[in-house]
Amino acid sequence: MWRQWIPFWQPGLSPQSGDVDLLFAGLLIASAVVLGLLFFLLTLFCVRYRSGNQTDREHRVAKSWHWEVGWTAASLVGFLGLFVWGASVYFEMYKTPADELDVFVVAKQWMWKTQHPGGQAEINALHVPVKRPVRLVMASQDVIHSFFIPALRLKHDVVPGRYQDLEIEVDRPGQYHLFCAEYCGTDHSGMIGEIVAMEPADFSNWLAQQAPSSPLAAEGGALFRELGCSGCHGNGSKVRAPPLEGVYGRPVPLSDGSTVIADDKYIRDSILLPRSQIVASYEPLMPSFEGKVSEDQLLRLVMYIKSLAGRSS
Amino acid sequence: MSETNYLTTDYTLRSWFLTTDHKRIAILYFASLIFFFFIGGAAATVIRIELATPQGDLVSSDTYNRLFTMHGIIMVWFFLIPSIPNTLGNFVVPLMIGARDLAFPRLNLMSWYIFMLGGCTTLFAIFAGGIDTGWTFYTPFSTLYSNSYVILAAAGVFIAGFSSILTGLNFIVSIHRLRAPGLTWYRLPLFLWSLYATSVILVLATPVLAITLLLIATERFFGVGIFDPRIGGDPLLFQHLFWFYSHPAVYIMILPGMGVINELISCFSRKEVFGYKFVAWASLAIAAVGFLVWGHHMFVSGQSLVASLVFSFMSFIVAVPSAIKVFNWTATLHKGLLRFDAPMLYALGFIGLFTIGGLTGLFLACLAYDVHATDTYFVVAHFHYIMVGGMVTAYFGGLHYWWPKITGRLYSEHWARAAAVLIFFGFNLTFFPQFILGAEGMPRRYHIYPPEFQVWNVLSSGGAAILALAYLMPLFYLGYSAFFGPRAPANPWDAPGLEWQTSSPPPEHNFATQPVVTRKPYQYNRNFQAEPQNA
Repeated sequence: MWRQWIPFWQPGLSPQSGDVDLLFAGLLIASAVVLGLLFFLLTLFCVRYRSGNQTDREHRVAKSWHWEVGWTAASLVGFLGLFVWGASVYFEMYKTPADELDVFVVAKQWMWKTQHPGGQAEINALHVPVKRPVRLVMASQDVIHSFFIPALRLKHDVVPGRYQDLEIEVDRPGQYHLFCAEYCGTDHSGMIGEIVAMEPADFSNWLAQQAPSSPLAAEGGALFRELGCSGCHGNGSKVRAPPLEGVYGRPVPLSDGSTVIADDKYIRDSILLPRSQIVASYEPLMPSFEGKVSEDQLLRLVMYIKSLAGRSS
Repeated sequence: MSETNYLTTDYTLRSWFLTTDHKRIAILYFASLIFFFFIGGAAATVIRIELATPQGDLVSSDTYNRLFTMHGIIMVWFFLIPSIPNTLGNFVVPLMIGARDLAFPRLNLMSWYIFMLGGCTTLFAIFAGGIDTGWTFYTPFSTLYSNSYVILAAAGVFIAGFSSILTGLNFIVSIHRLRAPGLTWYRLPLFLWSLYATSVILVLATPVLAITLLLIATERFFGVGIFDPRIGGDPLLFQHLFWFYSHPAVYIMILPGMGVINELISCFSRKEVFGYKFVAWASLAIAAVGFLVWGHHMFVSGQSLVASLVFSFMSFIVAVPSAIKVFNWTATLHKGLLRFDAPMLYALGFIGLFTIGGLTGLFLACLAYDVHATDTYFVVAHFHYIMVGGMVTAYFGGLHYWWPKITGRLYSEHWARAAAVLIFFGFNLTFFPQFILGAEGMPRRYHIYPPEFQVWNVLSSGGAAILALAYLMPLFYLGYSAFFGPRAPANPWDAPGLEWQTSSPPPEHNFATQPVVTRKPYQYNRNFQAEPQNA
């Protein structure tokens, strides 16, 4: 592999990180060419035209716009090429994840809490199967953090108040650094963890060995009753609220005439800011749960509503 | 010397602290900036000693966070932004345009007092307990979570901003209104074009910073939801506002440095700057396009991918005028008569280091690579190549170049060259390893780090020791020369600019008679002798 020729450079471990490394190599080569040319000319001129050296200083290059237009155009073309290359890889990295294996990530001062759909929870660690895209749904409980896996050349800020999606895929089993890359206070540099990539069979064993309390969706169902959601959204309720069965992943018509897809972000916003997007033909009656549910509880509720996707209302 | 100059007209403290002479105000700024530079440098020294080992064994994490915050705030707002404009600019702008002083001498003095008030407020915040938000004040950490003197430090920066605005205003009006007869725009030295562009940014961008800091204080004091999502705010709004100022601020810091380099390269090549008009307009192009790139600090923040695309594109565009300048400086050397006095060594060092800083800026403008490199040491290395390798190198170059004019004394050329070379090597040893650390994925602002990063950190810390020593050297030989150096002639470098056509140091009102400009800047005859602009 060409990447192993670069000293001090651990090759990336995902399909996209190979593209990033190739881009990095391209940037390095382009820079080396420019720097090489510049240093060659600087050295040449400094030696040849040093005072005391007898040399031809007549017949200077006439200043003309040809030179200026020439090097401006050359820079512009080179830069545009790099721009297009970098942008195309970026769109591949940050493409909207397909609905793969979901893992929830909650960032807080100063730890990473990860939660598998079966209820297995980890702190400062995340086990994933190799060669399988994993969709991370990330939220922060306090300040801005940033989820950074150098081996995958991948990073995404975790901004409070919203969900962030990120798809990761690891090619080879092993343990890799997880860093918080956005300064978040006292123990910022202690907010590190491990990504443990395992063969699918090992991963299944690992999941089985962790004593799962109960699947996230089941816990979400319990919360749904405890918090009183079922009082309005449940079957046979007297208050008229939209039923949630079969909603997830479907378009929802809103009272302002637009439609949204009922994804994680929409459900989260509907719990915290219920009046921002009212379902068409319903009254804005629902109270906000802002400050009443933690990020952990929110993701369980989302999982519960997601688990209702298959049922008909 | 029999006749009096600006230094000898009056020796009282009152004559210094109530002066309206731009040259004396420049000296006031210079003394203040040395003070802030060494405070910021001391913080950097402790940081580099701490990072020599992966464990946090010298200071606590809280102290470490306060140290890098203090280093950033002091260096950005109390050294880099005022450095060249307020010292060298203040001193030579009126001389270069053939004026007796700046347009508003009293405003100039007031600007220094405001700057000191801001500086002292920030220093008070630092010594009362410090702040730990990083120089970027990111919300909601700075507004709700930090238990440190955020508002006080922000107040210091807020106050100092008015000093920036007043200086910018003073330069713009002076360059428009006070040019000597015959000094048309295309006869202005390129240093003035770059200071003009800088001043435009200062006047237009600084108010946005002031507003942003006020909003932080409003949220922290009164709990009004602006940036914190729990009370209805948006944390990314802060980043948009902050970088709308702080990215143009990068050009506030580097443009004056580029301006100085034109003067040095031309004088020590005994040649006119190649492509004068292109270099002049490149400064204004950087100032204008620099306002449209701020989103490149937010490629991983979750801003829309289309916004990232536009900001990446504009970031590549803003690199074009910088490239134009580098090519023109190199072309200026061609068929010149090159002398390698200390200012020229700094100028050549600037070209190399600035180009490395600029090229690595392209890595960060490149969307996919930025996802990996942002918030790592790659960014730290990149902006230090621009700010320290570029700006501070240019500042030292300019300082040596105009030192005989400012003090009327000559410094030791041997010591000056030794310091220039030592700074160059110390700088590269300090910051080049940080590119490798960043490419390997070491995040910035890490007090404790995984042990595999130690080798490069030790190299970097070793370089920092050399750099610290090298930065102390000018303090001694320049300090010595100011009092005991041999007297400088009016024009020791045989340069054609107006500032060299009056005595060293200049008299209180700069010129005995009003100079009348008759030719373009940077003119040398066939024997490589300067042809003064006013002859």
